[in-house]
Amino acid sequence: MIEVRNLYKSFEGREVLKDISTTFEDGKTNLIIGQSGSGKTVLMKNLVGLLDPTSGQVLYDGRDFVGMSKREKVMMRREMGMIFQSAALFDSLTVLENVMFPLDMFSTMTLRERTKRAMDCLDRVNLHGAEEKFPGEISGGMQKRVAIARAIALNPKYLFCDEPNSGLDPKTSLVIDELLQGITREFNITTIINTHDMNSVMGIGENIIFIYEGHKEWQGVSSQIMHSDNTRLTDFIFASDLLKNMRQLVIEKEGSNV
Amino acid sequence: MLMGRVFSVPERMRMFFKSYVKEMAQLGVNSIGIVLLISFFIGAVICIQMKLNIQSPWMPRWVSGYTTREILLLEFSSSIMCLILAGKVGSNIASELGTMRVTQQIDALEIMGVNSASYLILPKIMGMLTIMPFLVIFSSATGILGAYATAYIGHVLTPDDLTLGLQHSFKPWFMWMSIIKSQFFAFIISSVPAFCGYTVEGGSVNVGKASTDAVVTSSVLILFSDVFLTQLLS
Repeated sequence: MIEVRNLYKSFEGREVLKDISTTFEDGKTNLIIGQSGSGKTVLMKNLVGLLDPTSGQVLYDGRDFVGMSKREKVMMRREMGMIFQSAALFDSLTVLENVMFPLDMFSTMTLRERTKRAMDCLDRVNLHGAEEKFPGEISGGMQKRVAIARAIALNPKYLFCDEPNSGLDPKTSLVIDELLQGITREFNITTIINTHDMNSVMGIGENIIFIYEGHKEWQGVSSQIMHSDNTRLTDFIFASDLLKNMRQLVIEKEGSNV
Repeated sequence: MLMGRVFSVPERMRMFFKSYVKEMAQLGVNSIGIVLLISFFIGAVICIQMKLNIQSPWMPRWVSGYTTREILLLEFSSSIMCLILAGKVGSNIASELGTMRVTQQIDALEIMGVNSASYLILPKIMGMLTIMPFLVIFSSATGILGAYATAYIGHVLTPDDLTLGLQHSFKPWFMWMSIIKSQFFAFIISSVPAFCGYTVEGGSVNVGKASTDAVVTSSVLILFSDVFLTQLLS
């Protein structure tokens, strides 16, 4: 469980995050949603320590990450996995070497055990026959899956995903979403996903945090969105006319049923 | 500050040696071709120029061989060679690290808890320092080979005169001086571009800018330090 308490972050006097307090729960896919520029990525970077918050606390199962020494932070990071928007695979290494990298670096396993573990991870994300390829030679969806495999190689307790679906077609997005949800439940990971893909929000939104202009506007689960009376939230989720009409229809239909 | 992080003990010796060998091959061994080519021709050209412009009846006949050797050993094989390598190796390092930065590969390393500066930069610096003396020796040797080529093939001067000149009052210290200087330059051409590349922010334009900056800054630093080192060592 990750707890955030009164988190503030400003860049050169401009406040990007204002008083964010929330919890991200174990074994659930926690979603952070919001418009571009609302501070989603900044929030995530603050959580993983790529940026330091101006004030506030980030508690990993009660351990305060912000106040930790450098050495403790490094140790803490070995419990985290992160999937970047651009997958961020090492392009000088093959797919298998990429997945093996964290194991090579931190585990005391033998080469055979490491290879086996990496192959297991690749199996888990349904990627077969691409072990010897380089990241440049495989498709975007496959790269994302390799990134997921690499992130789970060390059995992390916390998994962060920065827009895992950007640049993917809706169908591949669904596959990735299901994969993330499956892994989260299987290993009881605290997964935090940064997204603006509405399919993911409705599909795997077990704990949704809506960020609007740097503050937490709304928090809840996906089934509550349909009936939410928060206009900013509904404006954001049901942005197009098609979706607005659809929502209207759903509400009317449910209203007539009652 | 970055250097402090670079020179920390590698987390995994096995991984360090793996990339150390890789960097030596990529930065050092792959530069041997260009070093040999340039040294051969510059050695030949220096010899011809010396013969044409300095040699006269007033001078002893070993003078062109002697000057060729001194130029090659003292300045060309270390300083000029490193200036050329600053272009080749510097832009390579800066653009590689810069691209890793903008595609978030360095962030990915950080998240894993890897000391990315040490993991990426230390093997490059160590690899360059290891391979540099060999490059300098190869360069001097090929330069002299080039000079002999002018004697045997071009008949600019007799090989005997050249040999006499090359052996005239030879000081082994000059060879060591050349190697010591090259060690400093090797450090410059691996660390400065690494810094430029590692600290890139933005996109491809910034990577391009960083690699230009890297080459320019390291060249300038090589020239300045050359002046000081020459003063100090001779």
